[in-house]
Amino acid sequence: MSSIAAAEREGWGGRVLLVLGPVLLALVISSGILVLAGANPHATFLKLVAGSFGTAVKRADVVVVWVSLVICTAGLLVSFTAGQWNIGMEGQIVMGAIFATWVGRQFVDISGVLERGSPLVVIAAMVGAGICGGVVWATAAGALKVLGKVHEIFAGLGLNFVASATSIYLIFGTWKQKSGGTLSGTVLLDEQLWLPTLEGVRASPYSLGLALVVVVAVYFALRGTLWGLQLKAVGRNPRAARTLGVATHRVLFSAYAVCGACAGLAGAVLVVGVHHRLIPGISSGHGFMGILIALLSGFQALYIAPIALFFAALSIGSIALQLDLKLDSSLAGVVQGMLVLCVLLVQGVREWRSGRAGS
Amino acid sequence: MSEVVLIATLASILADSAPIIFAALGETLNERAGVVNLSVEGTMMLSAMVGFASAFVLDSYGPMLFMGSDFAPYLTVAAGFAAAMLAGALIALVVAFGSITLRRDQVAVGFIMTLLAIDLSSFAGVEFVRKPGPSVGHLPIPGLADLPVVGPIFFAQDAVTYLSFLLIVGMAVFFARTQPGLRLRGIGERPQAAFARGTNVVLMRYVYTALGGALIGFGGAAYSLHVKLGWSHRHTAGFGWVALAIVIFGGWDPLKVALGAYFFGALRAAATTLQSLLPAVPIQVFPLLPFPLMILTLVLFNSDGLVRALSVLPVGPRRFLFGLLRSNPPAALGTHFRQE
Repeated sequence: MSSIAAAEREGWGGRVLLVLGPVLLALVISSGILVLAGANPHATFLKLVAGSFGTAVKRADVVVVWVSLVICTAGLLVSFTAGQWNIGMEGQIVMGAIFATWVGRQFVDISGVLERGSPLVVIAAMVGAGICGGVVWATAAGALKVLGKVHEIFAGLGLNFVASATSIYLIFGTWKQKSGGTLSGTVLLDEQLWLPTLEGVRASPYSLGLALVVVVAVYFALRGTLWGLQLKAVGRNPRAARTLGVATHRVLFSAYAVCGACAGLAGAVLVVGVHHRLIPGISSGHGFMGILIALLSGFQALYIAPIALFFAALSIGSIALQLDLKLDSSLAGVVQGMLVLCVLLVQGVREWRSGRAGS
Repeated sequence: MSEVVLIATLASILADSAPIIFAALGETLNERAGVVNLSVEGTMMLSAMVGFASAFVLDSYGPMLFMGSDFAPYLTVAAGFAAAMLAGALIALVVAFGSITLRRDQVAVGFIMTLLAIDLSSFAGVEFVRKPGPSVGHLPIPGLADLPVVGPIFFAQDAVTYLSFLLIVGMAVFFARTQPGLRLRGIGERPQAAFARGTNVVLMRYVYTALGGALIGFGGAAYSLHVKLGWSHRHTAGFGWVALAIVIFGGWDPLKVALGAYFFGALRAAATTLQSLLPAVPIQVFPLLPFPLMILTLVLFNSDGLVRALSVLPVGPRRFLFGLLRSNPPAALGTHFRQE
């Protein structure tokens, strides 16, 4: 499956070509799209770099997105290893954010000021609740798949719709601000409930630490544990795994639960570390982006961090494009999608050609 | 509900469901040929933008191009639909190339194309956001439109709605009663056998994937030129996913797929009605409700729970309900064909 794993069978030259080829191809196609849109590709790409790494504030914003993407992708690696397309991750992130906000709201008054409880305990409780929210939502998708035999893509999509409708209901209904429900979300929580950040920027060393712990844990769990082996067995061939005595249902449920825990954690971090409130569309597509990163990494935990950094930089850098060059920030998604498509297709073309040469 | 309101509601359900009918039947064509084109959400979104943008641009050059011809408004809108179909077919061809020729995971290619097309629609469509533009004109059928009840429901619509009726019937006949339709079913069910009988499986799969993609593209343009006029970011959000779900809901059968699309249309109409009955619920929630309801209905119908629930019935009605509610996917759906 993995282009990078496939590259390891080649010499150095082939390896570099296999990774750089699709990247260059994606770059050329994206430049073509920019030219069609009447923009200068060179200036645009320079702006993208400046917009993502130009200042300390922007670098910190890249880290904020990176944390979210890494946690999500690490979770998706678990479900992909078990052969599951957890497309419901978006909804699981939203549910994590809803649960975390709900716990936070129990300790503040109507204007968001902390009334009781020590801030540290409340933050921990919010994060714990967020994880629970993600687990509940992912397990629901898993139950529909495992017990109901519904394809996980539809189970996940349905639950995504329910989660986003719930968040809208809360923001404009039950949890609306004194002044009325607005698109800006629920009331801002007390500053004591914010994850401490580095001086003057939005990035928090704690969430960065959490992301690193999660990705390292997933790396070792998939590589060196019995559970990791069982996930792989179920992912490759569920029937054979069952014959060999693996409790396939339990393994599948555990894959969904762990993936959901990661999604919920990402959602909780978006609340305590970034937005400090529930906003509409809080997941910002990170769950879907995580699927792209997982595909691109060839499902190897080792490659998540650098690829996620590239994706996060594009997402943040593209905001500057909107302000300065009047180009829509969705360019980031176009470049990301084009890159993954090119990698997948180039890898396919290589196998197709070698298959032809062999036959 | 008074009779007049009921008739108007039914007529609007038929009209509003047309884009989903085109998209879901296009996907049915794809899947009956054995190819899952997961990119429906993105294809509809991009083609809605392309369709509106093309018609919009042509409209501003229209007087020059068509020299003030009486048909100019029709031609600009038709050109919009043609451009949208082209966009849909192109995306479908990428999916076909990736999955048929290169044997990549169909779900992966389709998913990537979904995200790519959505972002491309936002990026390229930014100049057309909230601009008033051309749309499909009202076209009551003389004579038939004046019939009581039936007239205003079925025959006082526009060309797109009539085309959606024709497509439903046409595709049902195509699958059930024609040689090429039978051959199409063959390549989705038993590609090896179809190949042995002389069908070029790979070529036919390409053709039907492109055709289905063009229909999905038509559905996208039907949205921006016929239902919710114009273009805004993520204009068709959710509709492609629902169309994909409706194909399964309808058991890959054109008539039942159409029924599913109308059921979704009815859900949307019901959500609007519910809004006035439940003033305590924020209005922002109601437009979102039909989406989870539709997918959860699919989940219910598709799950083993239904089998258990139906098993209490006597054999006769059980078999009938089963035939109505459940059916198996084409046997070779999503698999790679290897020519031996």
